[in-house]
Amino acid sequence: MAASIARDATICARMAGSGRGRVISTRRAIIRDALGIAIASGAYAVSFGAISSAAGLSVLQTCALSVLMFTGASQFALVGVVGAGGSVWAGAATAALLGSRNALYGLRLSTILDRSGLKRLLAAHFVIDETTAMAIAREDPVQSRFAFWVTGVALFTLWNLGTLVGALATHFVPDPKVLGLDAAPPAAFLALLAPRLRAREPMAIALAAGVVALVCLPFVPAGVPLLIVAVLVAVFGVMRARR
Amino acid sequence: MMWAGVLVACAACYALKLAGLSLPARLLEDVRVQRTVPLVPVALLAALVAVNTFSTGTHLVLDVRAAAIGVAAVAVLLRAPFLVVVVSAAAIAALLRLL
Repeated sequence: MAASIARDATICARMAGSGRGRVISTRRAIIRDALGIAIASGAYAVSFGAISSAAGLSVLQTCALSVLMFTGASQFALVGVVGAGGSVWAGAATAALLGSRNALYGLRLSTILDRSGLKRLLAAHFVIDETTAMAIAREDPVQSRFAFWVTGVALFTLWNLGTLVGALATHFVPDPKVLGLDAAPPAAFLALLAPRLRAREPMAIALAAGVVALVCLPFVPAGVPLLIVAVLVAVFGVMRARR
Repeated sequence: MMWAGVLVACAACYALKLAGLSLPARLLEDVRVQRTVPLVPVALLAALVAVNTFSTGTHLVLDVRAAAIGVAAVAVLLRAPFLVVVVSAAAIAALLRLL
């Protein structure tokens, strides 16, 4: 009933050509987009749950990562390092390094979101690729805020649901290798990397990073090649910025 | 030990998110930060692809995962959704092990 009233109101408002109608229909478009993103992420969370479980993390640890870390690439990195035989600390460091980009997203969002109070502490948890993209795509700050929160809540819900499903399903598989689950992490990393390779420089950096990691690999503990790569790329970035 | 690592990593990731919202803008607007931070995920994800495909522990290894990443690369080039990329790589690895 409420929905039909809202729909009628939208139609009337649209016919009248008022601003209110545009607001309602824009909000609907935002909700639709947010749900689309959340559903896709939920499916992707199933693969995270499966990979994490296959890497040896318990169902509870896997779910804790999705609830508390809630930033996909970092979560995949932590379980990827652990699954490849590295220590959880090397995995944690890699996850944090990958999470550094969220600080720049936070900077872009700081002008849109409330800068004080408890709400900001909760908002911080939702500062990730998808919510930032949805928020900065709108020009009106009210719509930006709305897009941020709707995307954040929808994604958080389905991300955690998907993680639980993936972790539980894999928990009962005796040998994850039989399902090819050891080939899933590199494919996941490649899928996360691909959208960032749209120019020549990132492609060259990616190639160099892969080679450096493999060259270091036999000589240092598992997981450490990633930290070496992180240091080198940071030095490269700072030197280049200085020019 | 696993729990400690998981929780510390979660805290670090949250702190980074909060830092972006809270720190004075001029710190993060520094040109070195702006130019360097976006390069970190590119390098780390590429290194993760390489390490997870061609190694086990501290040994370089060439096995079915190499074929699987090839299939994943094709799927990525065809703009397949995330789950399709991951599942096709796993399926090829499983299939090749059966043969």
